[in-house]
Amino acid sequence: MSVKFIFRYLKPYKTRMVVGFLIKAVGTFIELALPFILSYILDTVIPENGKIINIVLWGIAMIICALIALICNVIANRMAAYTARMSAERIRCELFERIMNLSGRQTDRFTLPSLESRITTDTYNVHNFTGMMQRLGVRAPLLLLGGIAVSLILDPFLALVMLGLMPVVFVVIYLVSHKGIPLYSKVQSSVDGMIRVVREDSAGIRVIKALSKTDYERRRYDKVNKKLVKNETKAGLTMGIVNPALNLLMNLGVVFVVLIGAYRVMGLKTEPGKIIAFTQYFTMISMALISITRIFIMYTKSSASAKRIAEVIDSPADLTVKDENEFPFVKEDGYIVFDDVTFSYNGKTDNISHMSFSLPKGGSLGIIGHTGSGKTTILNLLMRFYDVDSGAVRIAGKDVRTYADDDLRKLFGVAMQNDFLYADTIEENIKFGRDLTREQVERAAKIAQAHDFISALPDGYEQSLSQKGVNVSGGQKQRLLIARAVAKDPDILILDDSSSALDFKTDLMLRKALKENMTSSTQIIVAQRVSSVQSCDLIIVLEDGKITGMGKHEELLFSCPAYSEIAESQMGGAFLD
Amino acid sequence: MTDNTKNITPSNNAKPQKRNHKRILLRLLGYIFRYWYIAIPAILLTLASNQLALMGPRYLGSAMDAIGNEGGVLIDTVTENAIKMLICYVASAILTYALHAVMTILSQRVTYRMRKQLFDNLTRLPISYFDSHAIGDTVSRISYDIDTINSSLSSDLIQVLTSLYTIFGSLYYMFVISKPLILVFVITVPIALIFTKYKTKKIHPLFSKRSRKLGELNGYAEEMLSGTKTIRAYGKADVIEERFNARNSDAMDAYYNADYAGAVIGPAVNFINNLSLSLIMIFGGILFLYSRNGVVPAESLWFISLGGVAQFVMYSRKFAGPINEFANIMNEFQSAFAAAERVFRIIDEKPEPLDLPDAEVLTEVKGEVVLDNVNFGYDKDKQILYDICLHAHSGQTVAIVGPTGSGKTTIINLLMRFYDVDDGVISVDGKPIQQVTRDSLRGAYTMVLQDTWLFYGTIKENITYGREDASLEDVIKAAKAAKIDSFIDALPDGYDTMLSDDGINVSKGQKQLITIARAMLPNTSMLILDEATSNVDSRTEALIQKAMASLTEGRTCFIIAHRLSTIKNADVILVIKDGHIAEKGTHEELLSVNGIYSSMYNSQYSKT
Repeated sequence: MSVKFIFRYLKPYKTRMVVGFLIKAVGTFIELALPFILSYILDTVIPENGKIINIVLWGIAMIICALIALICNVIANRMAAYTARMSAERIRCELFERIMNLSGRQTDRFTLPSLESRITTDTYNVHNFTGMMQRLGVRAPLLLLGGIAVSLILDPFLALVMLGLMPVVFVVIYLVSHKGIPLYSKVQSSVDGMIRVVREDSAGIRVIKALSKTDYERRRYDKVNKKLVKNETKAGLTMGIVNPALNLLMNLGVVFVVLIGAYRVMGLKTEPGKIIAFTQYFTMISMALISITRIFIMYTKSSASAKRIAEVIDSPADLTVKDENEFPFVKEDGYIVFDDVTFSYNGKTDNISHMSFSLPKGGSLGIIGHTGSGKTTILNLLMRFYDVDSGAVRIAGKDVRTYADDDLRKLFGVAMQNDFLYADTIEENIKFGRDLTREQVERAAKIAQAHDFISALPDGYEQSLSQKGVNVSGGQKQRLLIARAVAKDPDILILDDSSSALDFKTDLMLRKALKENMTSSTQIIVAQRVSSVQSCDLIIVLEDGKITGMGKHEELLFSCPAYSEIAESQMGGAFLD
Repeated sequence: MTDNTKNITPSNNAKPQKRNHKRILLRLLGYIFRYWYIAIPAILLTLASNQLALMGPRYLGSAMDAIGNEGGVLIDTVTENAIKMLICYVASAILTYALHAVMTILSQRVTYRMRKQLFDNLTRLPISYFDSHAIGDTVSRISYDIDTINSSLSSDLIQVLTSLYTIFGSLYYMFVISKPLILVFVITVPIALIFTKYKTKKIHPLFSKRSRKLGELNGYAEEMLSGTKTIRAYGKADVIEERFNARNSDAMDAYYNADYAGAVIGPAVNFINNLSLSLIMIFGGILFLYSRNGVVPAESLWFISLGGVAQFVMYSRKFAGPINEFANIMNEFQSAFAAAERVFRIIDEKPEPLDLPDAEVLTEVKGEVVLDNVNFGYDKDKQILYDICLHAHSGQTVAIVGPTGSGKTTIINLLMRFYDVDDGVISVDGKPIQQVTRDSLRGAYTMVLQDTWLFYGTIKENITYGREDASLEDVIKAAKAAKIDSFIDALPDGYDTMLSDDGINVSKGQKQLITIARAMLPNTSMLILDEATSNVDSRTEALIQKAMASLTEGRTCFIIAHRLSTIKNADVILVIKDGHIAEKGTHEELLSVNGIYSSMYNSQYSKT
């Protein structure tokens, strides 16, 4: 399956590849001719007519062969590099495109780190493999088979001596890798064990020092270190057999050829020069064998990679647009309506169960609750990152499942928790690929209380952010994200825990500016802080995926114990912000 | 002495860097020669196995001469030489493996030692090191960097020795066989050298560029992947894809350029070999022709036999190999040096200063803590705490409140002496903490932090971490007090359940309770507690609160407080703002002064 997958991307370069293979074959065969000519010079040219000019001519023929081999191989390698480059580029593009369009559920199933490694390591492996396959995949078997063929022509009997050693070589390689590879996975797990201790101790250094446990930790580390050394030594000692053994076998072949060859020369069945040629073919063939093992190892690695890539690219499209007959339009007062919604990420425990609420157009909704209570899940369903298991989510009476993707996306401006800034200018981070004028960007920044600090930067709006925006503070980051969210005057503005790092004054000014400028937007504010939601028209208190309180701040303080409990527990830190 | 000062100041010119390399090399050699009883046999084994490998072709030559003998094959000589070859090759293989084994053992000893030194010093470093260095960086040094050094030590050093021996050895034998034929290398060696230079100058930079570009692309992909949700929310996948594609194509170009240039390497090495072979055949062939005809007498410098040609061909291959390898080995040495430098930097990092020689051991602590005009900053140019004064009497509870970043955690860091104050004095029972041993000071406190730290081990091991001699009864008692006993009892393995990442599902709140149980065991007179913000469901929250309440009993407590109840019940409330004590007193006192505390309390809690 995985080979087929790679071929899919190599297909457009079929002709080029075939030509490359042919060139490579020519180069390889010509190289094989060299020892042949050598034995011809020694056995025929010199004994028979003994003219210097003939030796020189044949020698020059050898040099020409070497040159042709050089040129052919370089050209073929370069063509291979081109094909590998083009196909890898295509694979990576398609993979990235597919990842960008995976549904939330699919992303969860693959997990982000895994998707990351598919786009980096796995694509790299496949690229490497397609290159190596074309470079060595032709050359090694040709050298092997050609070497055997030529030596059979030279002297079948001696060739058989050589061939007799071949199975032994395979057995050695097989046995050692059979034993060695499991040893390496053992090494890997002890490496993991060692790294775990280092990680744990670096994270828990305060506890360790507080309890004066450094000696204990050193002993704990020493144990894993010793284990790792033991496993590494064992693996090293096992795998170390391969090279000396292969060398020995090759040299044994030479010894046998000399010994048996001597008898055959005695019986006038072969010539001495051929024996020398044989020693050369021997070297070539064993090199080819080593290459083939390398290709084989590489193949196992990259076929696993190809499979992982194919899994993503060939995953079926999720979250298709449904027909309005299936989810009909409902005439209702609420603009955003959750109608008896139940949803579960893993299909076992419900993350949201039987939830209903309704928000009028232009209203503001506050959602509060502990982590894991289902706040973000509500947003995920509203923006249709996931589909509900039962019930319905409607915007303006229309089920979100019946919106065309672009139409749905156009409605929202979102600033999410731990949201994402990237290495580009501030202006571009606010624009985020949309057609916005500079005026719109600045207006958004002003609403988000970001304009002042941006203007104070040396390059202002042209200031570049570093990767993931690590060169701005948490509060600045949140304001940039809010600016992005409000920039296009969205119908629905969603702020998911996005002002937690702002100080009290800025937060207050932000809320004021939002109220004044975003009059046409329906707002949803998700927070852990009571102060962030207390001015909303409607506040929902969530606990374990259920609504345990709904109303205004003042009402909830009295009527909802969960709400007043949250308010109380935030006294020490939050009240001073 | 002057060397040291020079080393600290970074410099751009190459000379000190070279010296630096020399120092690193010497230090690495120091590691090796610590195990001289392994290293010296290793050198002897290298020399012996290479010598044997070099002798093989000699006997091959003699055998070939016996075969090509004018008067017919001298079968006895052939057999004799074949046996000698056999012995040489078998012995060489055994010695090579023995060498490999010895080197594996040696390099494993060295890595073990390096890893140990690195980790041991890590545990001695001050907290500030961990606060300012990413864990991933330390991990990559202890694993990846040490691995790089390891493979370089175990193979490259031997490789250099082998290469040198092979080059000079085969040159010597070729010299013995035929002096005039050596001249062939006057043509091929310069070609090989030019090629090596081309490789280091032209191709290596392209490959570095390729890795750099791929690294950038990977970084970009990771960055964008972390933002998939946002990108989807804004429906901007197509724009991002376009940008990704441009970068991808850029990186692929770099990859291709390196491959394009690198396509020469393999074929060129082969070509140089083949060229030597051809030239040897031309000149060797002519010499062999005349030697055969008797034009050149056997004693002459110009004489060469068939066996001589055969040997020469074999030695020439051996001779060319190492020259081509040299550039690679040098490259590997470079990266090993860079890795070693990074590893040594942690090993040489200055550990926490020792306790004063006359430092007292704190015993029978009553728990009276005084902070007198304490000033502190993590950096010299950014002060965090200003003139903090506090007197906590034995058994009192001090609630520290204030916005994030105001300096609350910093006070804890100073109490535990994770950092030393810049100015002012902290004392326990009247003794300045700088004059007592760190172990006894830290041992006088029990500490429960917000980020719960549990390690890979059983629940019991995690609970007894603070008091290894605790019996199972003690553990159960602690777990009961921490309200976690019923959860643990319900687990199939009970207290022997392993806490691992992929193991049983322990919630954040339960982890918190386990750390509270851990804190129950040592019997100390002082407690530091960082009240968790509500990240757990309200039932667990209530349990945690109860457990924490039983922890505070009878102890001097410093609590970074969030809950109103904790704050209200405290003997002293310390309101910290921007590193200053803004207000200090009990709940009632603070309400009556009408300062920030009261205004904020009223704005949020007066239920009008």
